[in-house]
Amino acid sequence: MGFIGDSIDSLKSINVRQAFEQAITLGMIVSSALIIWKLLMCVTGSESPVVVVLSESMEPAFQRGDILFLRMGEDPIRAGEIVVFNIDRREIPIVHRVIKVHERNDTNAIDVDILTKGDNNDQDDRVLYAPGQQWLNRQHIMGRAVGFLPYVGYVTIIMTENPIIKYVLIGALGLLAITSKD
Amino acid sequence: MHSFGYRANALLTFSLTILALMCAMASVSDNLNSQSPTATVQVLNVNRFQKKSNGDDEVGITLDISADLQSLFTWNTKQVFVFLAAEYSTPKNSLNQVSLWDGIIPAKEDAKFSIKTKNKYRFIDQGSNLRGRDFNLSLHWHVMPKTGKMFADKLVLSGYRLPESYR
Repeated sequence: MGFIGDSIDSLKSINVRQAFEQAITLGMIVSSALIIWKLLMCVTGSESPVVVVLSESMEPAFQRGDILFLRMGEDPIRAGEIVVFNIDRREIPIVHRVIKVHERNDTNAIDVDILTKGDNNDQDDRVLYAPGQQWLNRQHIMGRAVGFLPYVGYVTIIMTENPIIKYVLIGALGLLAITSKD
Repeated sequence: MHSFGYRANALLTFSLTILALMCAMASVSDNLNSQSPTATVQVLNVNRFQKKSNGDDEVGITLDISADLQSLFTWNTKQVFVFLAAEYSTPKNSLNQVSLWDGIIPAKEDAKFSIKTKNKYRFIDQGSNLRGRDFNLSLHWHVMPKTGKMFADKLVLSGYRLPESYR
């Protein structure tokens, strides 16, 4: 039986002390993942430092399943930058390029009007904005794209589209973490 | 100890580490490239210049853009996104950036180009401040890597003064 047999054997041999140890190990893995994510949030200043591209609107630059690394920073937003923005009452953030910037005279950089467009779209994004909304403002922007990794995000797309694969994978990893002895 | 699972795990971890390292090296190698892009832009004609019904000024112009961006391409370049922006300041806004034309350059062979075009995006001010207004034209580019860090830079080109009256 090899691997599976070994796993069952080690499951049988678990006693209370071992079970606690395994639970703590599992907790450590989860909490260190959380720590890394929160640390990334602090370093990049963006509320979601990594996003997966879900649409084809920025092709050929970004394809479905590519991963983008975001930064927010204090720098003002300028035309040409690729930003990730959230529209009120729309759940999924959008990754598009800034084509127009109008910055007000006031000293605070918050007062800025931004228009975006997807490289692969014919029209600008006013059709995507909330009804009557002409411009994006600073508070809609979640971050700007600074780095790029192809294909890696496809795993998450597969998992959200087929939840069964996700549960099987999580189950297998959990079993591995519980039964492994090191 | 040397079960199938352990070996598969070790192999997967090792190959992913090597792949990540190669991606990082490809991205770092972009810094070794020396860039010397050149560009010139001319405003050939102001086709129309009027105040829209909501009070905002709108201009339509014809542009002559020629550029040589071949030096931006490296082995880690997927594409170069290039756009021409008009930049000006008005009493109302300290900075206005309006993209007039853009294009995607997929390969080094296409990076030397010269085109005559009308503005692709509408050149509209926020308000009525464009009569006699000076604006700068600048050519921006964003280098999209196959993997890693994105680069962006610009060349500030000739300015232009819009006519004093609508036409």
